[in-house]
Amino acid sequence: MTAIPLEHVLILACILFYIGFFGVVVRKNTLFMLMSLEVMLNAVGVAFIGAGSVWQQADGQVMFILILTLAAAEVAVGLALLIRLQQRFKSLDIDCLSQSKG
Amino acid sequence: MIAAFSSIETLFYLAALIAIIASLKVVTQKNTVHALLYLVVSLLAVAVCFYLMGAPFAAGLEVIVYAGAILVLFVFAIMMFGLKDDETKYAPQSKGLTIWVGPCLLAISLLIALLISLDNAEIQHQLSATVISSKEVGILLYGPYLLAVEIASFLLLAGLIAGYHYAKPDAQGGHL
Repeated sequence: MTAIPLEHVLILACILFYIGFFGVVVRKNTLFMLMSLEVMLNAVGVAFIGAGSVWQQADGQVMFILILTLAAAEVAVGLALLIRLQQRFKSLDIDCLSQSKG
Repeated sequence: MIAAFSSIETLFYLAALIAIIASLKVVTQKNTVHALLYLVVSLLAVAVCFYLMGAPFAAGLEVIVYAGAILVLFVFAIMMFGLKDDETKYAPQSKGLTIWVGPCLLAISLLIALLISLDNAEIQHQLSATVISSKEVGILLYGPYLLAVEIASFLLLAGLIAGYHYAKPDAQGGHL
């Protein structure tokens, strides 16, 4: 049992998740949307690590490592798509994607 | 002054506050590189939180993989986009100091929090009682979670192939 109560860890995770969600919904620049997604994934990692440390189980850290690999793959694919978007439309605005077909 | 801060809770709340402030700045910045600086600070603050929650292995992974690898990928991508067209016109042109003062202040207060926790023998004693070692994580990863590890490796391979395919120029047969 750590010194930090689980409620406060979960509150931190919720606040970080909402900040990231706010960023994804509000921003139009796709690069900022990807960064906000990183913040959201990070918040989920905080929740997993906090729960794992309260119950003294290593499962939380295992889940965090899986989230880490997910974030790495997501960023690789997302940034490659953004490079294509920039080449095609000369802009990173998400509204440009509504013009694409197929 | 330092004695007032020397408990795990206070240091955790300080790191959590820094993470929240830095994340807010990430979402509200105009310039991508400045937002990236704040994102690094946010990830480092979360890493300090992990350390104080008794997960030093996860904290190290956070710094190495997130702040080290993923953020460098972001920097490469931003350099490939070229900053000349629609980003830099929003950026303050001649305020050389103010750009990096914010992230530096947040990072320095994080460093102070980490140094206090390393210096204080009582905190170290408390932390070492609750720490989950990387050995336990490894045993769990290659025992019950072996299938999840295999699926994660497939995911990384798919990410590699998709990144290679999408980032190819049109002349070399790439198409979207």
